[in-house]
Amino acid sequence: MADERNFRLEVITPERVFYEGDVNMVEFNTTEGEIGIYKGHVPMTVIINPGVLTISEADRARNAALHAGFVEILQDKVTVLAEIVEWPEEIDKARAEAAKARAEERLRTKTPETDIMRAETALQRAIARINVLS
Amino acid sequence: MASMRDIKRRKGSIQSTQQITKAMKLVSTVKLQKAKQRAEKSKNYFRCMYETVVSMLAKAGNINHPYLHPGNSEKKGIIVITSNRGLAGGYNSNIVKLITQGSFRKEDVVVYAIGKKGRDALLRYGYSVREDYSDIVEEPLYSDAMEVSKKVLDDFANGEIGEIYLAYTGFKNTVVHEPTLLKLLPVDLGAAEGEASGDAQENRAPMNFEPEDDRALDMIIPKYVTSLIFGGLVESVASENGARMQAMDSATSNAEEMIDHLTLMYNRARQGSITQELTEIIAGANAISM
Repeated sequence: MADERNFRLEVITPERVFYEGDVNMVEFNTTEGEIGIYKGHVPMTVIINPGVLTISEADRARNAALHAGFVEILQDKVTVLAEIVEWPEEIDKARAEAAKARAEERLRTKTPETDIMRAETALQRAIARINVLS
Repeated sequence: MASMRDIKRRKGSIQSTQQITKAMKLVSTVKLQKAKQRAEKSKNYFRCMYETVVSMLAKAGNINHPYLHPGNSEKKGIIVITSNRGLAGGYNSNIVKLITQGSFRKEDVVVYAIGKKGRDALLRYGYSVREDYSDIVEEPLYSDAMEVSKKVLDDFANGEIGEIYLAYTGFKNTVVHEPTLLKLLPVDLGAAEGEASGDAQENRAPMNFEPEDDRALDMIIPKYVTSLIFGGLVESVASENGARMQAMDSATSNAEEMIDHLTLMYNRARQGSITQELTEIIAGANAISM
């Protein structure tokens, strides 16, 4: 039987429907900080910052790396419109670590030409990927 | 009447053309299946994206945001999605017609071409093509759409173009494809409100934004534009293959018809020559026996 506290979660990307199901809680990182959502949340639209997406189903929690997009939160339904989102098994750890090192390097040796915003986003993404794996 | 040898040669040439069109039809059928699946998979995203943006704008009230007002420039940027290859029936020319016969003044149009055929045709008509992204049509990725939308939005922000349109071929089903001209920016508030009002009446609590409206729009509108461009790309690819499949199908059946006709002519010519030979032999024999 369906749990009363569950709500509908859809994670959609341009290429596929990433996740669809009834969940207990969902957590992710927004531009304003990390938030967790239960059923009955105030309707809200938030913008995603790179981070870990945690989906708590009835009996288990699943992690994924969520990099960009926005979320529409309604009282009984949450829709994540993600530009990039990955399950742990889709992530190449070596590549993520290399990307992290590269981004850190760029931030350390910054010149006027460095696109700091971009380097920071790259760093956040790499960190999100590594966090999902560990 | 053409000689037997001429007819035979012509028949042979049509047969080999038919083999090619048949093969092309099979290839585009397979490609169509793939493209169709992709289009269907990504449809969800665009529907949600569209609904979200529409409801956002409807609830956001009268925000004074640059993306909601036409720029100062008279220029209109049009992203034109066509194919890199021909032999797809009216697929490419329909899109080109949409622009040449539309209400645009030629001098005001700035073309961002995706697809060689459309680019070349518009250049021939004397339009100015600003950017060319023809490589991405074969296998459109979301990151490609991001690149295009970034460029277009930059030009919009710099005031080089005042409006942005997208010309693509909508994929209704395998046989129906609609050349479509869509206004991307400034977002058409009137249309958005019209669509949203039905939804808004049965609506629950008002939507909140985090961060506040202006900054949220700043971030969401580019994503909205990107997703529309990507959606246009995916649908256009599906339409292209559908159009090519149809064109090749009718080419194959036309070749079939011509071959039938030529076979008939050939048989007639053959029969004629046999009859003639017989007449000659009989006449010869008669001449001897007399």
